[in-house]
Amino acid sequence: MDLVYTPKQQAFRAEVRSWLAANLPKAPLASYDTREGFEQHREWERRLFENRLSMVMWPEALGGRGCDLIEWLIFEEEYYGAGAPMRVNQNGQLLLGPTLMEFGTEAQKQRFLPRMAASDDMWAQGWSEPNAGSDMAAITSKATLSADGTHYILNGQKTWSTRAIFADWVFGLFRSEAGSSRHHGLSYLMAPLDAPGVTIRPIIALNGKQAFAEIFFDDVKVPVENRIGEEGQGWHVAMATAGFERGLLLRSPARFQATARKLVSLYQANRASADRDPSIRDAVCEAWMGAEAYALSAYHTVGRLAKGAKIGAEASTNKIVWSELDLKMHETAMRILGPRGELLADAPDAGADAAGWLDGFLFAQAGPIYAGTNEIQRNIIAERMLGLPKS
Amino acid sequence: MDFTFNDDLLTFREAMSRFLMTEAAPEMLREVWETDAGRSPELRGKLAEQGLTALSVPEDCGGLGMDDVAWSLMTQELGYYAIPDSLADTAYVSAGLIKALPAGTHDREALLGRIADGSVRIAVGHPVNPLVADATTADLLLLPWEDEVHLVPRALVDVIANPSIDLSRRLASLAWEPSSSTRIAAGDAGRRLWAEALDRGTLSVAGQLLGLAQRMLDLSVDYAAQRKQFGKPIGSFQAVKHHLADVATRIEFAKPVLYRAAHALAHGTPSAAIHASHAKLACGEAAWLAARHGIQVHGAMGYTWEVDLQMFMKRSWALDASWGDRGFHKSRVAEAILAEGAAIGPGHTFEVHA
Repeated sequence: MDLVYTPKQQAFRAEVRSWLAANLPKAPLASYDTREGFEQHREWERRLFENRLSMVMWPEALGGRGCDLIEWLIFEEEYYGAGAPMRVNQNGQLLLGPTLMEFGTEAQKQRFLPRMAASDDMWAQGWSEPNAGSDMAAITSKATLSADGTHYILNGQKTWSTRAIFADWVFGLFRSEAGSSRHHGLSYLMAPLDAPGVTIRPIIALNGKQAFAEIFFDDVKVPVENRIGEEGQGWHVAMATAGFERGLLLRSPARFQATARKLVSLYQANRASADRDPSIRDAVCEAWMGAEAYALSAYHTVGRLAKGAKIGAEASTNKIVWSELDLKMHETAMRILGPRGELLADAPDAGADAAGWLDGFLFAQAGPIYAGTNEIQRNIIAERMLGLPKS
Repeated sequence: MDFTFNDDLLTFREAMSRFLMTEAAPEMLREVWETDAGRSPELRGKLAEQGLTALSVPEDCGGLGMDDVAWSLMTQELGYYAIPDSLADTAYVSAGLIKALPAGTHDREALLGRIADGSVRIAVGHPVNPLVADATTADLLLLPWEDEVHLVPRALVDVIANPSIDLSRRLASLAWEPSSSTRIAAGDAGRRLWAEALDRGTLSVAGQLLGLAQRMLDLSVDYAAQRKQFGKPIGSFQAVKHHLADVATRIEFAKPVLYRAAHALAHGTPSAAIHASHAKLACGEAAWLAARHGIQVHGAMGYTWEVDLQMFMKRSWALDASWGDRGFHKSRVAEAILAEGAAIGPGHTFEVHA
């Protein structure tokens, strides 16, 4: 056990810190759930990419720096510590990207990964369907191979596709074997969202914005070159990269440590009113302890991964912890803000210290639901980590 | 940066676990509970043979020269098997305090040697604990008098037993008179020794609580997999699964907090006390949740004397308030993180020199 950063790690931290200090947007970007904000975030992603900071763990040939997981944790600490913008292309960069690296052909990697790192292509995901939510193996959207075997014809409907109305591409699972059921006969496909036959209908989310969408496929032609992995092996491909690293990469501890620090500041600025409810101070301290525990757990696991350990169902404990921590922190902030909590950001009396909390509070409601509900995660922990029988 | 244990230490822990599995079965615990002294000299002797009493004694005093990081694993084993002995008070907390005395004073080297070979029991009367554990069976007691540390022979102390619901806890109030012959430190040195002893005691209990939590989880998983109702194992029902998944999650996220605290103590990190308090809170909450959900999953059987779960629950309930109750530790954490200009947030998990 050695908890000192190497000179190389310290130098990397210093470089990221000074780059961010010099390059952070002067004013906060608009919400990435709006067209305007989405494009502002794309511009920001391009600047990160130009400095090889958009995907630091990717190989240099793909626009990254070949960083290891510790350096990635350092990058994230500096990034969220500096209050830098949210990452708009995570569905592509963190979900599809690693999948392509593991299962993609050389041609697919060359075609998609650099443009993904640069956010020239923005990606939406196509997993859920109206009748396939927690029960994802109930997917019915079809991919029918053409008679000459050169392309698939997609038909069906995907839903809860984050920011799909603004995105360029979608990836997801389609039933390619007629009559197959459950996780058999599925293929993992990528489709451009401007293809003929694609209709995207935005869904207005809790925050009043077009945060996600339904995608309808009506005889959409997709070349077979857009399939990742073998035909009928889509479930295997999707699951193989759904493990720990993906879960950790998607929600790095730094993000929650930044929220905890912000909560401490909010409490300090409103102490006189907050202390009328004696449980608030405790909740603020719990927030710091929870975020710190999540960060320590990440370092511990990253160290074990580096020594060759395999991380399995423990990944599900991560999802529960960060989503419930995030919710708890935002609930505490709302309780501190009291009657100011409901005010929108542009309300004259909202107060500068309230900025971001209401938006975050709304988004935190989704945490225990998306990426596999926390009930599903608890089932996974019970069955695969503790070995309890299936129901 | 490597926040993992080396293989030697993990192997040592494995060996200790296998040893305790056979030597400290629940039936043996029950037998020891029934005795007047509540202690098994035979078990203590075997633990010494395994090297546990020598763990943090320096090598030149006959010990293994290991540190708090090793204890963060071994205390979990003591907890997992609910060892009815305050061994860590002697071998970890007292050894740490005596080791910190100036070389060649107060029989330091001889005492450390006796700790290592298991021939001395030392009880610790830290000011944070109103009662002293294992005072009756101790050979020596480390006791506070204002900012002084006294090392007092058992014969000079009057002991009044205070029975606990955890029959493996042997608590007592004391009457004794300080004298210059028993004083081993005073002033700043005394205060520093007591502060370090507090952090070690805190970490010791935190590790035991985490081990207890894991044991209660394992017992509950076994029970839920065996016990059938409505024609199937109750562990197949989602409500039961989720109780146990919550315990597993709590344990997973308490572990690294404990390890971080252990490293901070071993390296004299200025924030070590905060990490120790955080660890104690995280491990204590994991243990109490494991007890609460454990008894729920066991149903009425969990409320009986017969089922082993009770021994581990009682240990957890008792230890949670020893070496500083939750109020004490929460206050320490709050004071640190709510202080003006506190270094918290991303990038402050470890000392950063960027």
